[in-house]
Amino acid sequence: MARYDRAITVFSPDGHLFQVEYALEAVRKGNAAVGVRGTDTVVLGVEKKSTVKLQDSRSVRKIVNLDDHIALACAGLKADARVLINKARIECQSHRLTVEDPVTVEYITRYIAGLQQKYTQSGGVRPFGLSTLIVGFDPYTDVPSLYQTDPSGTFSAWKANATGRNSNSMREFLEKNYKETSGQETIKLAIRALLEVVESGGKNIEVAVMTKEHGLRQLDEAEIDAVVAEIEAEKAAAEAAKKAPARES
Amino acid sequence: MECVFGMVGKEFAVVVADSSAVHSILVHKSNEDKIMLLDSHKLMGASGEPGDRAQFTEYVQKNVALYHFRNGIPLTTAASANFTRGELATALRKNPYSVNIVLAGYDKGSGPSLYFIDYIATLHKVDKAAFGYGSYFSLAMMDRHYRKDMSVEEAIELVDKCIIEIRSRLVVAPPNFVIKIVDKDGAREYAWRESVKDAPSVA
Repeated sequence: MARYDRAITVFSPDGHLFQVEYALEAVRKGNAAVGVRGTDTVVLGVEKKSTVKLQDSRSVRKIVNLDDHIALACAGLKADARVLINKARIECQSHRLTVEDPVTVEYITRYIAGLQQKYTQSGGVRPFGLSTLIVGFDPYTDVPSLYQTDPSGTFSAWKANATGRNSNSMREFLEKNYKETSGQETIKLAIRALLEVVESGGKNIEVAVMTKEHGLRQLDEAEIDAVVAEIEAEKAAAEAAKKAPARES
Repeated sequence: MECVFGMVGKEFAVVVADSSAVHSILVHKSNEDKIMLLDSHKLMGASGEPGDRAQFTEYVQKNVALYHFRNGIPLTTAASANFTRGELATALRKNPYSVNIVLAGYDKGSGPSLYFIDYIATLHKVDKAAFGYGSYFSLAMMDRHYRKDMSVEEAIELVDKCIIEIRSRLVVAPPNFVIKIVDKDGAREYAWRESVKDAPSVA
């Protein structure tokens, strides 16, 4: 097996591309990221690793704008992310220049996924070690979308998804608790999913909300803390309600 | 002949352009907008080859937007003027663009500014600028009446004086003009000066 994992261009006898699978491992070690699609809002949330005291946190933005109406969060190798994000931003402007229309979310996702795939079929290169969550609103139709890409270059649309560390637990939570939401409810659902795997508190989570009218808005720590407090209160109330009937009988 | 001119006032800059799209002896349309919004606080008025004008100004506009996404802050007016000049200079000895540009912008720290960029990549930071045959008249008018720190009303009065001069003295004077202004609140259309309106369609 060791002979089939050195170069990306080599299949193993049982049909695996080991470099791609190792890249997926790198993603699994990256910070947790979650995306939720509502009817009029899309939310991205990312785990912020324990604060490095001397670091200026404003220079580490994990949720970025690709265009006025498209945002991206990722899990995995951040340096690889810079390259992909840069290329995607250029493509967004290039598309506007050549066809005088902003990109659709699907178009830019297909472009990024295409880039990631290219690097699984070339000599002397390694795949990008990151999965991306791409959100946005299509121009003219105003339909909100959430897409995910991974190092193999596959992509698909999601109602809600998670990637990175503990993504399975977050995805399980979302599968159990997902329903059509809008506005503040969508934000709450995204933060609830993140809180399953992240230490609670505004300074451990970065959340950004995208709406058609206001574009991408990063929530500040106070806002996040407020929603977290709401969630904890709801949880406590649910716990109390569960205990009360048991005592009466 | 295409006329573009502009001037700097108190905490604002104004750019004026004619709005005729002409091919030889035919006027295609009289409401062509030749002043492009580069971003929220920049105006780029351009005159010259119609194809080059549209292509080059759109190219600059998209690159200004790209810089904003890459770096999280917008380009300053001076930086975008130098970028524009650089692109014209690079293309000059291969495939030159035939576009003359008046670039106006408002920056939070330094206030309003105006740049004269001609088709062979000359760049000057100025208080008033003009291109085309109309420049003979508008520059003369501005030299006579321009003062530093004019209010919007005074500047528009001067703009109107220039337009009247162009209309009455230039043999192929364009009938309609568009006036755009940029200040701390952003770049926007200020007014049109139309002496020929398209005939209303018969009901």
